Amino acid sequence: MFNQLDMLTLQMYWWVIVSLLAGLLVFMFFVQGGQTLLWQIGRTEEEKTMIVNSLGRKWELGYTTLVLFGGAMFAAFPLFYSVSFGGAFWVWLSILFSFSIQAVAYEFRKKPNNFLGAKGYETFLLINGILGVILIGTAVATMFSGANFERGEFNFSIWKHPLRGLEAAFNLFNVLLGIALFFLARTMGAMYFLNNIDDEVIRERSRKEVGINFAAFLPVFLIFAVWLLLRSGVDTSSTMPAMQPYKYALSLVQMPAVAILLLTGVAIVLYGVYATWFQNSKNGLWFTGPGAVLTVFSVLLLAGLNHASFYPSNADIKSSLTIQNASSSRFTLVTMSYVSLFVPVVLGYIAIVWRAMDSKKITREEGQNPDSSAY
Amino acid sequence: MIEQLQQGTVEWGRATFALTALYHFLFVPLTLGLSFIIAFMESMYVKTGNDEWKKITKFWMKLFGINFAIGVATGLILEFEFGTHWANYSWLVGDIFGAPLAIEGLFAFFLEATFFAVMFFGWDRVSKGFHLFSTWVVAVGSNLSAFWILVANGWMQNPVGTHFNPDTMRNEMLSFLEVALSPTAIDKFAHTTAAGFIVSSLFVMGISAWFILKKRNLRLSRVSIVTASTFGLLATMFIILTGDKSAHDVAHTQPAKLAAMEALYDGDSGVGITAIGYLNPNKKLGDKEPEFIGPTVELPFALSLLSFHDFNAYIPGMNDLVYGNKERGVMSASERIEKGKKAIEDLRSYKKAKESGDKLAADAYLASFRENEKHFGYGFLKNPEEIIPPVGITFYSFHLMVGLGFYLLVLFAVVLHFSMIHALENQKWLLWIVFLSFPLGWVATEAGWIVAEVGRQPWAIQDMLPVSIASTIIDTGSVIAAFFLFAALFTILAIAELGIMIAQIRKFREEDHV
Ligand code: HEM
Repeated sequence: MFNQLDMLTLQMYWWVIVSLLAGLLVFMFFVQGGQTLLWQIGRTEEEKTMIVNSLGRKWELGYTTLVLFGGAMFAAFPLFYSVSFGGAFWVWLSILFSFSIQAVAYEFRKKPNNFLGAKGYETFLLINGILGVILIGTAVATMFSGANFERGEFNFSIWKHPLRGLEAAFNLFNVLLGIALFFLARTMGAMYFLNNIDDEVIRERSRKEVGINFAAFLPVFLIFAVWLLLRSGVDTSSTMPAMQPYKYALSLVQMPAVAILLLTGVAIVLYGVYATWFQNSKNGLWFTGPGAVLTVFSVLLLAGLNHASFYPSNADIKSSLTIQNASSSRFTLVTMSYVSLFVPVVLGYIAIVWRAMDSKKITREEGQNPDSSAY
Repeated sequence: MIEQLQQGTVEWGRATFALTALYHFLFVPLTLGLSFIIAFMESMYVKTGNDEWKKITKFWMKLFGINFAIGVATGLILEFEFGTHWANYSWLVGDIFGAPLAIEGLFAFFLEATFFAVMFFGWDRVSKGFHLFSTWVVAVGSNLSAFWILVANGWMQNPVGTHFNPDTMRNEMLSFLEVALSPTAIDKFAHTTAAGFIVSSLFVMGISAWFILKKRNLRLSRVSIVTASTFGLLATMFIILTGDKSAHDVAHTQPAKLAAMEALYDGDSGVGITAIGYLNPNKKLGDKEPEFIGPTVELPFALSLLSFHDFNAYIPGMNDLVYGNKERGVMSASERIEKGKKAIEDLRSYKKAKESGDKLAADAYLASFRENEKHFGYGFLKNPEEIIPPVGITFYSFHLMVGLGFYLLVLFAVVLHFSMIHALENQKWLLWIVFLSFPLGWVATEAGWIVAEVGRQPWAIQDMLPVSIASTIIDTGSVIAAFFLFAALFTILAIAELGIMIAQIRKFREEDHV
């Protein structure tokens, strides 16, 4: 079935998959957001432990989504993998650092003789929650604002900025997305606690945090969104790539389906917050989370589709990456497309296990039972 | 553009990758093997309903979890290091190499991530059966992930199912099945998972032996030792078989590696193996110095037999590979370099002709390129001697691994024997040997990786892409700084992990647990 598709359709299909993974990754940032709320919502040792146990059964899913995002980019758009990861060296290494310390923090935090003490590992969680999310947001924003590279013979690339990627963090547009994601993550983190922890005190604080963090998220996100619609972008529909004013706004008009997806996503995000705040619902996450997936998904579609460049070069516009010039061969794309049919299977079993594990909520009492809490 | 690649960047990039990979592989083998040992123990619990088994399962599971965390942390870094440190590589072969990585993420990591949570938090949340199922899924998932990453590594050693596309200027996949089911990959998978079982068996046996010496947790230790020595014995028999297959494979695809593994300078028919010997440090390619100093232990014909399953098979030595051997039909490295340079030149001309629309000329250049394509990678080398990996480290690592393989075979057999006749606890000497042997699985494993990876220098991808052009174009200073950051992070994590493990083992008393 995939064999019959033409090359451009395959490339678009893969951009859709990559965008979806990015959306799911942002959903899973509720773990990172939750980590930054550890002190605010967990005021006693017992409460902190409940929170850690609650996030502790979910963090690996987000982590794995990040790994899969990298793998999918590598397999489908290897030129991006090469140009961006090698070029923006320090940004990606910082992101890696902030995630690898997350991987040990849960397991090591409370274990005797753990060298850094519980505080040390809680700091790891905090660093991951703040730096990891903001830097990923910043890096993703460069898919619109561009980066400083040049491609040469054999497509080997050279980075034109001595900060090797960290310069992206000094660009307001990029940082806005990072900060928006940070507050969104915290909003969703608090929603997750509402859903997952059966405790009045924690619920009360979580509900409050949903309000505060969403109030911070909304204006930042709106400024970013408006800026995105106003900015020009690289257009590659003619043989020479050129800057086009209002590129992304035009794309929304030319791809109304994406516009509808985007608006729907934002509406669902809002509904989740509304339900939490005004209807006392514990299920806000089940709206805001998927809403975030849709929103991020459609924003990323704008980056790659409609002859846009999903990694514009500010140093040399001809070097800009598009889904066409950065993609794998037809054979690999077809093969990987068959593999991608398993994505729903994976999502399916994750959902089943999630339900089975969460049907019993976390309580104060179970901290005493070694069978139910591991950390 | 390649000219901008500094040699220091390549060397430090290699150092970083070696550091991360060797460190990662301190933890992974334990995940690979221990997961099955635990799954077996939990199966016994579910089958017999005996809480003793549950206690044993949970003890080893706890150590498993501590270890798993670091494997996950370093695994992420490894995956992205291909991009951050080896950007040129990522582009030139990403079309092939990215696929197994993505598949690993989708098929294996999600299984692990999802069911790991059930394993650790699910005892009172899901049914016994579902919990057991989850434990098995984690075991299968982690070994499945080993499979896909070894497919990727196997392809680097023996790049099958691929061709160079002159229009995109990169290598592209022609057959997924050839890549995924390449004999090199399958051998590696078999050999490496067996190594994981050996490391894990030694780990379980070592800790149990220590408990017995301390007269503690005797019930747990007895059961654990029997289980582990059985697993270990089977795995060691299997690793020797697959090691033989690996050597056979190396002989066919990486002759320079094989020659370095055995310090074979001058090829011959019916070549033996120098099982024990001290290499002559002054020996150089092309000279007439002896290979070894002092007495050696020889196994006649062994190398020919091992490599080609034929007593009289010809095996080219390092001198033959570098300087050529017309009689035996071995092309010299300088000739291959010539041909490689011609291929690179043809490729450039092809591109120019194509751009200027001269189809006839383009076709001619392409045809000429195809003639020399299999020497393409050699065109980036400077001296013929470069094709030989460092001999000393390859030779000693290989011999250490093989020697340990036979030692461990005996050890597992003896331990199993004494456990079966219930006489282990009186054999203090043996318990001490078991306890002290427990790092040896790691030693053999790391030695194995050194053989595989150092032995394939100068190639990132055999005959296709030398490491010298595979790296990211970046200043050496950045790479050095990153190296030390990684080293610091890994050291901190290792200290933490070791401290936690030791504390968990020390404080454990089986009486206290239900
Ligand atoms: C006893 C006989 C053994 C033989 C003949 C043998 C043979 C080999 C060979 C030829 C390689 C290199 C493969 C390549 O470069 O592609 C290798 C690699 C390796 N060996 Fe062994 N080995 C033996 C025992 C062991 C033991 C006891 C362990 C660990 C417990 C071990 C662990 C490894 C590992 C981890 C690698 C790297 C992965 C790979 O290339 O497969 N080996 N072995």
